[in-house]
Formats: sequence, C-alpha cells, structure tokens
Amino acid sequence: VIAMKAKMTLFVLMLAAMTLCAHSETASRPETATISIHDFSFSPTSITVVVGTTVRWKNFDGEPHTIRSIDTSFRSDPLDQNDSFTFRFDKPGTYRYVCSIHPQMVGTIVVKAAN
Amino acid sequence: MSAPVPFDRSRRNALKCLAFGGAGTVFTLCAGVLTPMDLALAQATGADRSARAGLPLFVQISDTHIGFNKEANPDVAGTLTQTIALVNALPQKPGLILHTGDITHLSKAAEFDTAAQLLSQLKVTELHTTPGEHDVADASVSEYFNRYGKASQNRGYYSFDHHGVHFVSLINVLNFKPNGLGNLGQDQLEWLEKDLRGRSASTPVVVFAHMPLWTVYAPWGWGTADADQAMGYLTRFGSVTLLNGHIHQIVQKVEGNITFHTARSTAYPQPSPGNGPGPGPLKVASDELPRMLGVSNVTLKRHPNALTITDATLA
Repeated sequence: VIAMKAKMTLFVLMLAAMTLCAHSETASRPETATISIHDFSFSPTSITVVVGTTVRWKNFDGEPHTIRSIDTSFRSDPLDQNDSFTFRFDKPGTYRYVCSIHPQMVGTIVVKAAN
Repeated sequence: MSAPVPFDRSRRNALKCLAFGGAGTVFTLCAGVLTPMDLALAQATGADRSARAGLPLFVQISDTHIGFNKEANPDVAGTLTQTIALVNALPQKPGLILHTGDITHLSKAAEFDTAAQLLSQLKVTELHTTPGEHDVADASVSEYFNRYGKASQNRGYYSFDHHGVHFVSLINVLNFKPNGLGNLGQDQLEWLEKDLRGRSASTPVVVFAHMPLWTVYAPWGWGTADADQAMGYLTRFGSVTLLNGHIHQIVQKVEGNITFHTARSTAYPQPSPGNGPGPGPLKVASDELPRMLGVSNVTLKRHPNALTITDATLA
C-alpha cells in the first residue's frame, strides 16, 4: 500500500510538472493543460492558459467530483475515480469553478488572448 | 463504543430517541411529540413494545448511494436490501418513508433505476424524497427531477400533511457557491414562510433536507448558509424535528423546541468532521462495518430533565 501511495504521489507530481511545463508555454500558443484532482483539491488551483487551450481535469480520488463553472459556461458529469473531463477555452476571461459535490473545492482558469 | 452525552432540553419536548445506524429510523408520534426509535427495538414484542407504543409515522432512510462500488462497501444494494427487510418486518407499519438524499452515487439513470427497483420492495409504498448533491451531479441536473420532480413541480421543495403532522421537504444542494455551504435560496425561503404562516403552533412540524440545516463543519461544507432564516419561521412551533443525511453519521442537537438530527447512511460511514483530507468514504475492516452501522439510544432522565445519548453498535 505504501508503495502504491508513493507511486500515486510520484504520478501526481509528474502531472503537476507537466502542467507547469504547459503553463510556461501558454503565453504563446494553445496547449493542453491538465489539472489533477487529488485529496479534495484541484492541482494546480489556478492556471493561466492562452485562448484555444484544452484543459483536462482528471480525478484521482475515490470520491466523485464535478467541474462546474460559476458562469455555467462549462459543466461536467460526475467524475468517478480516474475519469476525466475536458473543455476548450475559446474566450479570454477568468473562469472560476467549483465541485458541485464539495463546494469547498474551488479553482480558477485564466484565459489570455493569443499574442 | 458507548459514550453517554447528556444535554438539556425543555420538558414538554422530552422525547426518547433511538437512531438506527445502517437501517433507518422509525418515528412514532406520541402526544404530538415525535419519537424516533430504532428498528431492532421496534420489532420487539410484549411489554417492551407497549412501553414505546405510539402511532408509527415514518421511517427515514438516507444516503443509499446506489452505484458506489468501492472497498468501503462493495455491496450497497445488499445493505439497502437488508435495510428494506428490517423495515418490512416492522410489526406496525409506518405510513411513510422519507429518503433524505444521495439516492444514487453518480446521478446515473441506471443507478436511479436500480434504487427505484430496490425501494419498490418496501411494503410502505408512500415514499417522499429530497435530493442529495450526488443526485443532482449530472451536468443537465435532470435525472433526479425526471423521476421525483413531480411532488414539487420540479422546484425541489414541497410540503404535505400526514396524521396531523406537517412535513416540509427542502432542497439545499443546488447552486453551491465557492467555499460555500448548502443553501436554500430566497425563493424557497419565501415559499417556506408562506407555507408555515397561519398554521397552528401546536402542529408538529418535520422538516427534511439532505445537508444539515445547521453548521456541523464548515470546512467540509457540512451546513446550510441561510438555514437561520428558515429557523426563524420555525421557532414558534412547539415541536420541530429537522432531519438530514449527508454526513453518514449521527449528529444531534436540541435548541429550544427544535431537534436537529442527521441519519447514518445505509451504504458506508464517513470520517468524523475534519478527520482526513475530506468527507469521503471511510474504509473500515469488513468485520468493523456492522459496528459502524450501530444504534444511537437517547434516553430521558428526569429531575432534572436531561437526555442521555448512548451509541451502541450492532456487532
């Protein structure tokens, strides 16, 4: 079990690193960014992407979560463990979202215009 | 696992309360005071039963989470079936079943269908529901209302009367705000005020909703932000019973004439408030699970009036 946990932690760290790479590139061109859901939180909690970027949320928790934007522009069905949801951001803006099952889980996507 | 917790309450609302963990709670009506009692004792015969005699009113079932299949309980249909068998074996049938939400785990059509098929085996056929956030988690928020929306014209809140008791079903699992608690919203609060206006203060009132109608633990969203406004409309009534689910464990308190009570789940336990990263399924050893599905026994002691809660486990 400890080994599995270590593997999971490593995987989440890798995902976070990948997301950070995507993040650093977003100023210039659309990318795919990944947000992992782990221990009842979105990681990273806030990211900045360029218009046209597809954001993917993946749930690693045994508990289901949802992605609901406050402005209702995107809504997922429940994500069970290892389920994903993707949404392509075509309009600049600041999008706040919440898990409708656990509203203490909040996140923000900042979408910048392309250079 | 027996820890008596004494607390004060007013004399006229004194009640004997037993909440049955995994298998619902049956409520009886004695002289206008609602008396929850556990199903195991409800099946008892002879002097024990007559001592508790009253009009069987309803059974509360909560958090059945049909569709959940993880290790905390791989057979939630099985534990619901056991619950139904216990309810069906009651010697005196209650008139109603209240389901306080999270009928399903993922708001899937197939989960609702399975739940309906299982619940149809209840011999008590009058079922009243309120959704949990797991029932309205589908992107279109339609599966629950397609099946259970009629009672409320798809608003989610409604009321009815049964044996002189006024029942109010509220919905507090829609339109969460970030970092927020459950909420009722202004439309529902206005409806509630009108619904209660003009009713005699001696009418026993039962209010049921999924999330606790008081703040049990804010960091996990275990509360309802605008519940205080609803309480303001209820305080004038002599007997108010607020029933919730959501937290998969019994928490109870009494304020004046209002008794707050959360039911356990028929599916799996959850951690106590703040214990762990979040309010997810609590995995316990399989031989421990029946012990998590225990009974809470609240007894009345006089001189001075006080209730004593004793948690007892099934195994």
